[in-house]
Amino acid sequence: MPFAPAVTDLEQLKAHSALATLLAGNPAAVQAAKFDRDELTVWIEKGSIREACSILRVAPDCPFNYMCDITCVDWFPAEPRFEVVYHLLSIPNKQRVRLKAKLEGSSPVIESITSVWPAANFYEREIFDLFGVRFSGHPNLQRIMMPDDWEGHPLRKDYPVEGYR
Amino acid sequence: MDQFPATPVVDPGQDNTMILNMGPQHPSTHGVLRLLLEIDGETILRIKPDIGYLHTGIEKTCEAKFYQQVVPLTDRIDYLCPLTNNLTYCLAVEKLLGLEIPPKAQWMRVLLNELTRINSHLVWLGTHAMDIGAMTVFLYCFREREDILRLFEMVSGQRMMTSYFRIGGLALEPPLGFFDKARDFARRFPERIDQYENLLTENPIWTMRTKGVATLSTEDAIALGASGPTLRASGIDFDLRRDMPYSGYENFKFNVPIASEGDVFARYMCRVKELRESIGMVQQALDGMPEGPIKADAPKVVLPDREKMKTQMEALIYHFKIVTEGFAVPAGEVYQAVESPRGEMGYYIVSDGTAKPYRVHMRAPSFANLATLKKMCEGRLIADVVAAIGSIDIVLGDIDR
Repeated sequence: MPFAPAVTDLEQLKAHSALATLLAGNPAAVQAAKFDRDELTVWIEKGSIREACSILRVAPDCPFNYMCDITCVDWFPAEPRFEVVYHLLSIPNKQRVRLKAKLEGSSPVIESITSVWPAANFYEREIFDLFGVRFSGHPNLQRIMMPDDWEGHPLRKDYPVEGYR
Repeated sequence: MDQFPATPVVDPGQDNTMILNMGPQHPSTHGVLRLLLEIDGETILRIKPDIGYLHTGIEKTCEAKFYQQVVPLTDRIDYLCPLTNNLTYCLAVEKLLGLEIPPKAQWMRVLLNELTRINSHLVWLGTHAMDIGAMTVFLYCFREREDILRLFEMVSGQRMMTSYFRIGGLALEPPLGFFDKARDFARRFPERIDQYENLLTENPIWTMRTKGVATLSTEDAIALGASGPTLRASGIDFDLRRDMPYSGYENFKFNVPIASEGDVFARYMCRVKELRESIGMVQQALDGMPEGPIKADAPKVVLPDREKMKTQMEALIYHFKIVTEGFAVPAGEVYQAVESPRGEMGYYIVSDGTAKPYRVHMRAPSFANLATLKKMCEGRLIADVVAAIGSIDIVLGDIDR
């Protein structure tokens, strides 16, 4: 059952309500979009991520009212190095959307979305702990998995899987 | 003692409050959860979970393994529902590969997943009841759990770390006599649920300890990312098995129990009703089990049968290649979520086109459900914390990964 090739054209993807809502709300924030393997991904300009989330959360026709997951991918040594990945779910419409924001490797900072969903609190702490991405406006940005005095961020690609670090 | 932070993690407030440390080795924190409670007498002013004691870096380890080698690692995340983890991971990789899974494998997956749900709910019910002081239920629950573990042992050779699902299907044909044993269990079990309910549901001590305790409103449940029975007990009618079906769940008839009170009792009732729905699904899976292959027809991904491997050159070559160099997965990314006993278990896998995953992230239901504890407990008594922890059914392996 091979999947149809990925669609990246914004015009074609406007039929998806998540993208249409974002384009109507703040077209400058949408950098790109991709529909691949039945999943919609939208790249958001990093300064607008909180705004994009709050637009989607209350979108009238398809409210993405539930924040499933936040995680991060390290594309070391490429730049921009980090991609913060948000998975949102619309419980009434049973749809998912993935938002992504790219961050440069030197001092990765992005706005926290804890004011939109308090659920983001633990997830953002986890990303801070394991990737070293900072979230501005987070109420308690501390390590969550590793000990407080740990050095380094284990899920970064330049952090070895085993052996001397 | 240098490795512990010198300053208390919760700052002391006024003089009449004190900081109480609960865990990490506390029998009612279900593993190694450490809670810092700021209390005024018996009343909780603030609560702060401290996690990470079981952090083993599974996400990092996955990046160094071939795709098929990750399956046993997934067992160890949520050790009360290993087959659900296996399933989520396999479904995610199969989605990346675009593999079609034969019906028998799908039905077996559903059958075993529902048995896993019963297994996990039995551990939850037993320990939760014991936390509140009902010892008998624990013994009853573990009696039935033993039967389920025997079924798991029959199919996979392991009681807990099953690793029975493979990318593309199942590891082995279910052995002779497995379906009879499973049918026997499905016949006996509903009456056992009555036994548990007789001990608890109308027991005045139980209802006093659970009704109206640790309430979570609908808005808070959504805002805090609760999922599974914790979400449904707060009045949200959402179940991934029904609303976003996977692995052939659309062929099964079942109800999704919900409650609106959002308290410990509502979560208890939701899970107990789920036990009945799950055993119904086990029965349906046994009755309608299709015949046919248990592995997808994809020789580059699925290991050949032992018989073929020893008699056919082709099969031997594929076997050798899969074991030594893995199989390349087309570049891309997927997020696959399934309804685990605790809630939405999701795997986000990024592939860069090689034989090892570039990034594997698990969306752990316990991790998000733990965040609701603060809302549930603040302003209540210490004894309610024990009831609340039991009612959100957390597994620390799942939280810390």
